[in-house]
Amino acid sequence: MHKLSLSELAAGLRAKQFSSVELTQHYLQRIARRPELNAYITVTGERALAQAAAADAALAKGEAGPLTGIPLAHKDIFCTEGVKTSCGSKMLDNFIAPYNATVVEKLDAARMVTLGKLNMDEFAMGSSNETSHYGPVLNPWAPDCVPGGSSGGSAAAVAAGLAPIATGTDTGGSIRQPAALCGITGLKPTYGRVSRWGMIAYASSLDQGGPMARSAADAALLLQAMAGFDPKDSTSADLPVPDYGETLQNSLQGLKIGLPEQFFSADLDSGIASVIEAAVNEYRQLGASVQTVSLPSLELAIPAYYVIASAECSSNLSRFDGVRFGYRCQNPQDLTDLYVRSRGEAFGAEVKRRILMGTYALSAGYYDAYYLKAQQVRRLISNDFRQALAQVDVLMGPVTPAPAFRLGEKTGDPVQMYLSDIYTIAVNLAGLPAMSIPAGFSGGKPVGLHLIGGYFAEQYLLQIAHQYQQATGWHQQFPADYAG
Amino acid sequence: MSLTATDVKKIAYLARLGIAEQDIEHYAQDLSGILDLMTQMGQLDTQGVQPMSHPLDQTQRLRPDQVTETDQRGNFQLIAPQTEAGLYLVPKVIE
Repeated sequence: MHKLSLSELAAGLRAKQFSSVELTQHYLQRIARRPELNAYITVTGERALAQAAAADAALAKGEAGPLTGIPLAHKDIFCTEGVKTSCGSKMLDNFIAPYNATVVEKLDAARMVTLGKLNMDEFAMGSSNETSHYGPVLNPWAPDCVPGGSSGGSAAAVAAGLAPIATGTDTGGSIRQPAALCGITGLKPTYGRVSRWGMIAYASSLDQGGPMARSAADAALLLQAMAGFDPKDSTSADLPVPDYGETLQNSLQGLKIGLPEQFFSADLDSGIASVIEAAVNEYRQLGASVQTVSLPSLELAIPAYYVIASAECSSNLSRFDGVRFGYRCQNPQDLTDLYVRSRGEAFGAEVKRRILMGTYALSAGYYDAYYLKAQQVRRLISNDFRQALAQVDVLMGPVTPAPAFRLGEKTGDPVQMYLSDIYTIAVNLAGLPAMSIPAGFSGGKPVGLHLIGGYFAEQYLLQIAHQYQQATGWHQQFPADYAG
Repeated sequence: MSLTATDVKKIAYLARLGIAEQDIEHYAQDLSGILDLMTQMGQLDTQGVQPMSHPLDQTQRLRPDQVTETDQRGNFQLIAPQTEAGLYLVPKVIE
């Protein structure tokens, strides 16, 4: 059952081949059997079975929608009423959210079954899932390697068949990079497409939630239920949501692909380069034409991103003060001691680094040199993308410069870790939609193909991804150790 | 550019963030490395470039000034570290 697509699961439920309760039990058993991955922070078995029983009743009455009774798991950044929402941090280890995120509300309303909450880098700050208070997640394809981050639990769970589909969030690549490293399909929508309400904020001008799935067709189904205007999110896009399934079958004849020359520098792993070349050739077979484009300011995306994200993080995380919720230190001497020790004891090293960097960048005398400068670089990067996407329909390239790296390999040097985000973060600065789809392997580890589209072009990206997945079988590969 | 232990202590105080004394030097090194990365932006001429704070250049949406939320103080205070009579308790600020 764990190899079926969402539409196959929906068909099986309707044909009574299995019930939602049976399907949910199947996943709960798989989760319990494979604790070593550490993909879940919280498993909500009882709630899941109650939701599944309600979904079965809806199915029996003929009131089911396309996702009714299908299990999923949420990244532990989405608030879930009555269930711990830790954001991967000791700070929120005792935090029971008093309300649901809009995304959770929508997927509950679609009668999906929530299996639990997935591991992640602390406050979504990390590219390897190693900054989690709950320990690292392993890559199902290579257990000595990281699954990527920050949505590492989501990627590992979907890749290993511990959830049919999951939610993730992407601030600088946190959906696409783990999707690439774990060989699944991840979609970061246009900024504003999916509500951020109840999604714990890291860098508010960059954060965006999206689906992490086994195929583009599955991602289309989940995005359909996640997307849409939300008056509770002041940056939510007030635009109609198209039918993401409607155009999946359309041909790619005449598609114009742009390959940004800066995506294929000497630093790129040769195995990844050949996988990307083969994938682009496959698109040629499907009727696409290919040309080179340029993103001249790309190289400065990393510094600009780490200034903007750190600045926004230092501001957003000031709410964790030990007063209203979350961790509080023992026996505070005075109010300052309460703030300083609660925050000092409950935040991990990477979160502290970013709060410090952000505080520095925003402090008197440095604002113009760092924050303002970064916002200007952000404009130039966004202009680069606009110009490139005026010439072609979609940009393609690698998601990461190398396949999954070993646990501990980059934890000693934050700058090395940041540099591995080179291809993904520029997209967040511009606010564009992008996907990672499985395209092959390098040294036995999965490689993702990066698809970047124009604003609100999710439907087109999904079509481009689906057509590739109709012609190839990379998305159907399953890590041998988790197949049975 | 590099940050000293004194700089780190000052920034940490601004952020009300406790850093153990023995870790200060390590943070100073890490942050100096990150700052070197950030300083690379200086090489690009951005004179006259409009700063970009929202990816779609949207301004904040306004809503009608109407009451939409109900009082959930009791519910929200269930997860507070310390409350009394509907108030959040902190150490005494004024003697």
